[in-house]
Amino acid sequence: MSRYLLRRLLIAVPSLIGISIVLFTILALAPGDPFGELASNPAVPPEVRVALRAKFGMDDPIVLRYLHWLVAMLQGDWGFSFVSRVNVDTLIWQRLPATLLVIGSSQVLALLIALPVGVFAATRPYSVFDQIASTFAFIGFSLPTFFTGLLFILLFSIHLDWLPFVFRSDLAATGWRWYWEEFRQAIMPIAVLGMFQGASWTRYVRSAVLDVIRLDYVTTARAKGLREGKVVIRHVVRNALIPVVTLVALQVPAIFGGAIVTEQIFRVPGIGSLLINSILQNDTPVIMGVTFVFACLVILFNLIADVLYGWLDPRIAYR
Amino acid sequence: MQEKALRAMVARVKAGRMSRRAFVRRMVALGLTAPMAGMMLSHSGVAWAQAASAYKPTKAGGGGALKVLWWQAPTLLNPHFAVGTKDQDASRIFYESLAGWDGEGNLVPILAAEVPSQQNGGLSDDGKSVTWKLKQGVKWHDGEPFTADDCIFNWQYAGDPATATYDVATYKDIQVEKIDDHTIKVIFKKPTPFWADPFVGVRGMMIPKHLFEAYKGDKSRDAPANLKPVGTGPYKFVDFKPGDSVRGEINTAYHLPNRPYFDTLEMKGGGDAVSAARAVLQTGEYDFAWNLQVEDAILKKLEEGGKGHVVVVEGGSIEHIGINFTDPWTEVDGERSSLKTKHPTLSDKAVRDALNLLVDRASVEKFIYGRAGVATRNFLNNPPRFRSKITEFEFNIDKANKILDDAGWKRGSDGIREKDGKKLHFVYQTSINEPRQKNQAIVKQACQKAGIDIELKSVAASVFFSSDAGNPDIYPRFSTDIQMYTTSQTEPDPALFMNQFCSWEAATKDNKWQGRNVTRWRSEEYDKAYRAAEGDLDPVKRAALFITMNDLVIGDVAVIPVIYRPNVRGVHNQLKTVLSGWDSDAYMLSDWYREA
Repeated sequence: MSRYLLRRLLIAVPSLIGISIVLFTILALAPGDPFGELASNPAVPPEVRVALRAKFGMDDPIVLRYLHWLVAMLQGDWGFSFVSRVNVDTLIWQRLPATLLVIGSSQVLALLIALPVGVFAATRPYSVFDQIASTFAFIGFSLPTFFTGLLFILLFSIHLDWLPFVFRSDLAATGWRWYWEEFRQAIMPIAVLGMFQGASWTRYVRSAVLDVIRLDYVTTARAKGLREGKVVIRHVVRNALIPVVTLVALQVPAIFGGAIVTEQIFRVPGIGSLLINSILQNDTPVIMGVTFVFACLVILFNLIADVLYGWLDPRIAYR
Repeated sequence: MQEKALRAMVARVKAGRMSRRAFVRRMVALGLTAPMAGMMLSHSGVAWAQAASAYKPTKAGGGGALKVLWWQAPTLLNPHFAVGTKDQDASRIFYESLAGWDGEGNLVPILAAEVPSQQNGGLSDDGKSVTWKLKQGVKWHDGEPFTADDCIFNWQYAGDPATATYDVATYKDIQVEKIDDHTIKVIFKKPTPFWADPFVGVRGMMIPKHLFEAYKGDKSRDAPANLKPVGTGPYKFVDFKPGDSVRGEINTAYHLPNRPYFDTLEMKGGGDAVSAARAVLQTGEYDFAWNLQVEDAILKKLEEGGKGHVVVVEGGSIEHIGINFTDPWTEVDGERSSLKTKHPTLSDKAVRDALNLLVDRASVEKFIYGRAGVATRNFLNNPPRFRSKITEFEFNIDKANKILDDAGWKRGSDGIREKDGKKLHFVYQTSINEPRQKNQAIVKQACQKAGIDIELKSVAASVFFSSDAGNPDIYPRFSTDIQMYTTSQTEPDPALFMNQFCSWEAATKDNKWQGRNVTRWRSEEYDKAYRAAEGDLDPVKRAALFITMNDLVIGDVAVIPVIYRPNVRGVHNQLKTVLSGWDSDAYMLSDWYREA
């Protein structure tokens, strides 16, 4: 097991380097530069742009720039944003709380919806409950988040005037009031994302449970005279959830990546909005930093998913 | 002639027979900036109007929180690096200049004790120096006094090419001398007609010497105060999250009495213009929203929410159709629209005149832009016509047809006019933006009736306005016959705006299309007038020269102005703001208050 882990971690190193080379090259070859705004302003002499480019090392050959970046990164220096001149790691840390709060809670919400509904629907396939759940699940994942987001704003912020639709990262209130305000502003983005994710997971849980519930050992368990609840929870769900766990584990990096569209609609200062703004402004170091973190997380959680899989299903061996 | 007319007008203002406001309006109609008009009056001995402040609160503070929304989020708070409006506005919350420009072109002293003039000895006769008297008793947020040394430092900091500030052009060629602790003298290399640029307005924001001194030149990025501004402004810094929000709290030691009114200030960034408008106009969640580039019909609907209203601030942006004087369809030395070519059909003035008559500006205003775009007057003819309040622009298909008939452009079997085998077929490009596409359709329809075939082309805005010289679709390369976009005059001095018709500014492959003359229209007369205006110290004469230049451009139909685009802001019904199109939105933040 530990040898397996070590091997996987060692394989991860070249993959990460490969990913970073690809990212860096694509960004370097992409058109546009972060000082475009300087170029189109007639009052700014071109020398300023030239000086800035030289200062930030943007005129060096790509290979040299990449090596600079890599060496600095290995020493824990992430570089700084060309646009705000703030260190990239500072920017990412600033965005992390809002991202984790909103996207993290939405995934929890999604699980809270998907598990009970999916399991319940699968134990009574084609019942009225199953039909209704399926209908809602289809509606849920066929409506894009930007649409439900706007719908929620119209209903809850404008018609009912219950909830604010501008997310503030620094609420002025303290104590319980702070929690209440935070809850009020976060509930809409959480619900939008959670319901979308929950809808597709519901379908997934349902089919996973359906696969298992017809197996012979379940029939045996029932024949033993076990209560239905015990059969479902002990014997069915535990086995049915193995693929679901993998799915959820692979979804975790996406939590850090944020949700670009939803963050834009509710003005949530998350990592997704940081990434999209950096892309729009050609802010290479930030794009590099965020995408690299993302790549690391994908690799890490792939590994975790594999390990979990084996732990849940002893039939799988590590070699 | 023009100069005389202008002088007469100035004299009327001086004698009190014409209001200052009417004068400025007229100058703006002539295509001059309001600050320019103010300079003209000042030079002629009319004092800068001290607009009576409408500020009512009788004590500082007690106003609660002021929440403002900028849909582009601020990313940095050092004014000398603030290229974008969003960053300039965010910096202006904490930093102040010696003086700012109000909406009517008055120079308003802020950190200066008074505005320099010939009368108070602030301006030298040779136009080579300006003496500023600084306000006494102004303190930085950390308690240090603001003195002449800070001004000297700002000049050295911003003027040092190694610091790479965006306003380096303003500071690098001047000298600043300290006369005493509260007096400085700005010395120009050559006579400078427009002296109110260094230390004034957006480019004049002062950063404290004692916090930035160690971080000049190469080390500019390391200054901790880059992210934690310490200024002299009405609000003190609390917190800044780049790309998200800026927070401030009341500066109880502010240098103006009873100000500011609000206890805290929150500037939230990000999102889109429509929802920003909604948050102010309809739900009242926020007090102020910046730059609402939203269709007027939507704004009107949101205003029905009753929480806020739209405020239109006059500025200097014009949506215009540029006409290509070179041939975009012939490649010379690997360059389309080369200066060595001539446009086969648009070089005929009759065709350009016809096009000018085919742009239905009134409909564009009425059906597309509403309050956010006023059909431009046919602004540059001769002075007598300016005196009529609004000169009529004309939309007349019959007249256009007649002009084309007379010039020998005959309709072919397909209804499209042609002469010598050359058809009137034009490609008309603009950026992708709904109002622009509607505008294109209006022009195309009218042209069809006059036998001109228009092919529409829309380019993504991020490409059209990018600085990527390699892309043929960027507007400076002008690879089509006509194109439409907005050109904004953010600088108070019209010289930088009017250089877009100078022959040496023509955008070509040689200058990587960085030249500002995009239409490639060239006129010796224009160049001469521009050169003359560069060195002339007499603002009135200078204004006359600028009007001449405008006349030349419009008279020859090098561009067809469509609408004039003021800045649109959303303001909460109880909030009282002071805004100017010639300075940052936050330039008078100290005077904002809420009415009960």
